[in-house]
Amino acid sequence: MDNIKLIYRKEMDAFFNSPVAYIVLLVFALITSWFFTNTFFLSNQSDLRSLFDVVPLVYLFFVPAITMGLIAREKNSGTMEFLATLPMKDSQIVIGKFLAAVSLIGVGLLFTGMHFITLLFVGTAVDIGAIISGYFGLLLVGSVYTAVGVLGSSITNNQITAFILSFLLIFIFFIMEKILVFVPQFMAAALQFISVDYHLNNISRGVIDSRNLIYFGSLIMFFLIMSTRVLEIRKWR
Amino acid sequence: MIRVENLVKDYGSLRAVNGINFQVNDGEILGFLGPNGAGKSTTLKMMTTYLAPTSGNVQVDDLNILEHSLEIRRLIGYLPELNPLYVEMNVYDYLQFVASAREITGQAFKKRLGEVVDMCGLRGVIHKYISELSKGYRQRVGLAQAIFHDPKILILDEPSSGLDPNQIVEIRELIKSLGKKKTLIMSSHILQEIELTADRMVIINKGEIVADGTTEELMRSFKGKTVLTLEVKNAHEADVNGIAEAVRTVSVAKIINQNGTLTAQLEYPNTIDPRSEIFDYAVSRRWTILEMSRYRVSLEDVFRTLTVEGGMQNG
Repeated sequence: MDNIKLIYRKEMDAFFNSPVAYIVLLVFALITSWFFTNTFFLSNQSDLRSLFDVVPLVYLFFVPAITMGLIAREKNSGTMEFLATLPMKDSQIVIGKFLAAVSLIGVGLLFTGMHFITLLFVGTAVDIGAIISGYFGLLLVGSVYTAVGVLGSSITNNQITAFILSFLLIFIFFIMEKILVFVPQFMAAALQFISVDYHLNNISRGVIDSRNLIYFGSLIMFFLIMSTRVLEIRKWR
Repeated sequence: MIRVENLVKDYGSLRAVNGINFQVNDGEILGFLGPNGAGKSTTLKMMTTYLAPTSGNVQVDDLNILEHSLEIRRLIGYLPELNPLYVEMNVYDYLQFVASAREITGQAFKKRLGEVVDMCGLRGVIHKYISELSKGYRQRVGLAQAIFHDPKILILDEPSSGLDPNQIVEIRELIKSLGKKKTLIMSSHILQEIELTADRMVIINKGEIVADGTTEELMRSFKGKTVLTLEVKNAHEADVNGIAEAVRTVSVAKIINQNGTLTAQLEYPNTIDPRSEIFDYAVSRRWTILEMSRYRVSLEDVFRTLTVEGGMQNG
């Protein structure tokens, strides 16, 4: 536990001691705001649907940008050898880094809170509960994508490769429900069940079901365990 | 005590370490010597649990690297090759990170920080970013990191590579003082480095141990030759070749004829000294000796012979 906290703190310091985090956060805030304000006043609804719809799309670039360096950079600069010979487990390293990236995504989501404030001023009968659970859903999706990004970063020692790899993996999850219409009937139901959107939609509606939580939780676990395994492979290669 | 037993490491089809065995006793300073690519770093990486061996084992006291990886890491301080550091951190933060990972916090950290900073001469740079430090100072930071938890075993992989001669001397002194109370294993491809600091050396080439012993032992066990350069005037080549018959222990390696001056390289075992017989022979032939100089095989030559391809045949 202490080791996870230690890695977490180190990664957070690294994020905020470099300009990259600020730039990425700024771009995230700008892009989400652009998409949000474009449609918000047109749809004339007192909710953040237009925001919640666009965030997963922005994640597609935002999450790999955050996670690409997490492990790839340590491998590239050789510090992985230093880190991996400290008395801590590979899994603790992975979890610490994962949590730090998730926190950064949380900060990104906080920035979009300004739209929530706008909504409170201009909207009527705002369903605050649905908005809170919507944010919760976005954080969960962000966490799944981050776990995928950690895996992408652990596979290579090149940040660009890590970015592209993570992007592609995340894209698979992103596109899954959107291509349902092209999929044969018998596969559609199964595919829908493993698509992120399906579970996110449930939560966005304000229904937090244990099935959805288990879905997100197990995806995160799966990718983090995979990342740990990938790190351990270096020993045997 | 550290026991390396039949350690093998394959990288794909390349065998980097091929079944090596050696021991390091408590409190000993062991020099791990070999040319680049000999398998030194790979061996050290296995000893520090960074890599797993393809087969074989490393035993540290009662622990082995496969089953007690975390326990062994607690006992070891390790300076990896090329000294990777978090250059975006300052020295204080970096050492604090290391200390926390070693579970040294609060008062214990402050106390130990003072000691380590004094030992490694980091007093002036403690609040500087590592990226601003010179290579010599970075090396000190790397050493500080390795010794922070006062480990029983210190493993340094090429601690002086890339440093200028003055920095090398400083780091060498530092290592010597650190090694007084610890088991220390340091690798190098530079012989003098090891010769000056280590009690014992293990020489490795192409993944195999080619020599293991103290400096004196290695010199003694290496049955080298003395090379005698003889430069004479008024002599014929055939006559010079005749030395080998006149003085039985000597062989003629080569003769160079230059404007009537002959330069011959004679070889004979280290154990004897036939110089006066050679002189007498020269006098009997009425040669004028211009030069007679002896070249004893040094430890450097031992190392070269052991590690240069095909060197064993010459030795």
